[in-house]
Amino acid sequence: MAPVRGCGGKNFYDTLYGSLVYHLSDFVTMSLTLEQVHRIAHLARIEVDEVEARRTLGQLNGIFGLIETMQAVDTQGVEPMAHAQDLAQRLRPDCVTEDDQVAWRAAFQAIAPEAEAGLYLVPRVIE
Amino acid sequence: MKQWEVVIGIETHVQLSTRAKIFSGSSTAFGAAPNLQANAVDIALPGVLPVLNKGAVECAIRFGLAIGGEVAAKSVFARKNYFYPDLPKGYQISQYELPVVCGGSLSIQVGETEKTIALTRAHLEEDAGKSLHEGLGPAAQGRSGIDLNRAGTPLLEIVTEPDMRSAAEAVAYARALHALVRWIGICDGNMQEGSFRCDANVSVRAAGESRLGTRREIKNLNSFRFLQQAIDYEVRWQIATIEDGGSIEQATVLFDPASGETRAMRSKEDAHDYRYFPDPDLLPLVIDRQWVEQVRAELPELPAARRQRLINEHGLSAYDARIVTTSLDLANYYEATVAAAGRENAKTCANWVMVDLAARLNREDREIGQSPISATQLGGLIARIADGTISTSMARKVFDELCSGGDAASADEIIARQGLQQITDSDALTALIDELLAANPGMVAEFRSGKEKAFNALVGQVMKATRGQANPQRVGELLRQKLG
Repeated sequence: MAPVRGCGGKNFYDTLYGSLVYHLSDFVTMSLTLEQVHRIAHLARIEVDEVEARRTLGQLNGIFGLIETMQAVDTQGVEPMAHAQDLAQRLRPDCVTEDDQVAWRAAFQAIAPEAEAGLYLVPRVIE
Repeated sequence: MKQWEVVIGIETHVQLSTRAKIFSGSSTAFGAAPNLQANAVDIALPGVLPVLNKGAVECAIRFGLAIGGEVAAKSVFARKNYFYPDLPKGYQISQYELPVVCGGSLSIQVGETEKTIALTRAHLEEDAGKSLHEGLGPAAQGRSGIDLNRAGTPLLEIVTEPDMRSAAEAVAYARALHALVRWIGICDGNMQEGSFRCDANVSVRAAGESRLGTRREIKNLNSFRFLQQAIDYEVRWQIATIEDGGSIEQATVLFDPASGETRAMRSKEDAHDYRYFPDPDLLPLVIDRQWVEQVRAELPELPAARRQRLINEHGLSAYDARIVTTSLDLANYYEATVAAAGRENAKTCANWVMVDLAARLNREDREIGQSPISATQLGGLIARIADGTISTSMARKVFDELCSGGDAASADEIIARQGLQQITDSDALTALIDELLAANPGMVAEFRSGKEKAFNALVGQVMKATRGQANPQRVGELLRQKLG
């Protein structure tokens, strides 16, 4: 699958930055290479040209700089956080709450690039 | 020739039987028209947020308790990032570093040997949608169709340690797990509909070697037979490859039921770089002890405990106890049969359930829940064998009649209506025996000269004359008195 701008998930940049920051320890040098930027962009299916890749490299390394500063803080004995808020997940009762799915599907598919017989159509994918 | 050891670990995707999806209020019912159970959350429109279904968490707790694992007080949802059209968000919400269940084990039986398979973990995640490549209309040339009804269906992924050493053990494990998830009511177990799918990680190593060989993962096996066939083929292929001087490369393979072979999927570059990270849309899942204890109190008696009780209280052998606890429905049926027949006839009940009834169900391709004879009817029949009213062979006829769904409500009714009671009356039998002995002097002489066979033939004659209604034991006794 070739990287295509604007195709893919709802949160590319979440994915890109989220996973980068989370996997900081993977980058021992605390500094990225241009090649790594291209690889991450490819994994996130974002097309970046050389100019953009260099700019992104600078920005990402800037973030690493900030984190390096933060790493000076002594976190011995502090439990890692999985979320910025110290709260628990609220749960929903196991009930079906959707009705009139025919109308909803029609509304969703009206804005889909292609749909037929209730299916969303995408470029053929088969192993 | 070199001895090889096979090492297998299994990951199973168990579809949880909740009404709604794991992060949305869409229905999980199977078989709806395409995309009629896919709401804004399931198709990942911008701005939507997941809210976790309490029912799915409860299923995970039930499972954790049933396998003696640890239900995590705090677990975390993570994003598993990859791109595929049936995954509309571009990531699957799963659990990674902190799963909801850790550890636990499951006992399996292969032949006479019992073995414990250690479980690594079980985590909650969402299923993806389905891609269709065939049967699309002319407007869909060169296209794949995407149905997102399944997207967001709750799954529990259950992962074992590499503890299995043969395809037979792998199948025994899969069967035991399948029985357990149905037993505790967290999965309907419907393998045709994909409710229970196994991935097998298979490697081989020289016997005595302690390091693991390189594994290949066989994906998406949705029947026990395919699991067996796929592992058998994969093991032969790996051994042949190594013996021919090759080496195994880590890969994901698919099993083709038509050819019976496994083949590597086109290697997807970076396919395994999922860049997991905690999902910022979901807070940590906190499960307090009180909730766990409440779920524990609602769990049915588990298979292992039930087996032990049947061994202790009903005097069943370990083997019989295992067979009648294959499913919760079967165990309940067996116990209801015993309740009707009397505890002292438990072993006979087990035999009828495991042999006669099982054969009948098998022939008619039915589950125990659709048994043509109720447990009360079967128990009533067994009580009549036990008290000598009818012989076992007569009982088989009554059994068939009850199964065939006639208007008779009970064994007693059929026995009375057709006059099937055994003749145990000594006077009537004695008269009959006297007649027979007079008519068969040859056999009598043979018996007197020491041929035990002749004795059995005489018993047979009496049974024949009474059309099977004589009590064979009583006939034997009377004959010995006469001849002795």
